[in-house]
Amino acid sequence: MRSFQQRLADFNTRAIRVVAISVDAPEVTRQHCQKLGFTYTFLSDQNAEVIRRYDLLHQGGGPKGADIARPAEFLIDSTGTIRWINLTDSVTVRARPEQVLKAFDDLKPAAQTGA
Amino acid sequence: MKRRWNYSLWAGFLLVVLGLVSYVTFFVRFPITRDFPWANLLLFFAGAVLLGKGLIRSFRQPELYRGKILGSILAAVSLAGIGFFSYGLFYLVRQLPSSAAAPRVGQKAPDFTLPDQNGKPVTLAELLASPPTGTAGARANGVLLIFYRGYW
Repeated sequence: MRSFQQRLADFNTRAIRVVAISVDAPEVTRQHCQKLGFTYTFLSDQNAEVIRRYDLLHQGGGPKGADIARPAEFLIDSTGTIRWINLTDSVTVRARPEQVLKAFDDLKPAAQTGA
Repeated sequence: MKRRWNYSLWAGFLLVVLGLVSYVTFFVRFPITRDFPWANLLLFFAGAVLLGKGLIRSFRQPELYRGKILGSILAAVSLAGIGFFSYGLFYLVRQLPSSAAAPRVGQKAPDFTLPDQNGKPVTLAELLASPPTGTAGARANGVLLIFYRGYW
């Protein structure tokens, strides 16, 4: 999360919105974002409805057996089509900003309407 | 004659402890030391060498060096700690659902409505229709969804 904040300018110049989703409550996330200086969008999926819809539920993966999201990254183009996915097989290995930026830059220009 | 303090046992043990606590407190912040905990494995290795050295001399020259009993205890605790660390970092973190039914490349991303950190409901369609804050464009060229574990 920190690494995406550090590279946020590179996402902004490409007009890519960075959006993080977890089961945490908005209030918890807001305080955490303030503390750590995160300025991009954080969404709260407390009932894991969207997480289930994307088949990313990690049952009992949280503290005290809480259901949480497994780490995953989706790059969606301006038409709403998914263009790149990263489903890690380890909690400690996450997508790096440069991977996503490269994936975006490698897309066919047709997808980058308004660029 | 008073036997010598077997410093290498303690130095080794301290390195192992440092290796155990430094992943979560420090090395996890950098992708290069987070993706694979080589820095911690290095600390464990250095600690094990020192512990081994200390143990060998406490057993070979017991009249000169202390630490036969304490050294064995420190070594056993270190071994258990390294075992616990390895179980967590090479096994537990890989116990993730397969997500075989997750949306695929080329499919439309399922729309959703969720509250943001200020409690304001946001839809995926809205995210796509509005540029990142502070940029000039009319709409976004893309949205990067990052699902994360939470419990911050």
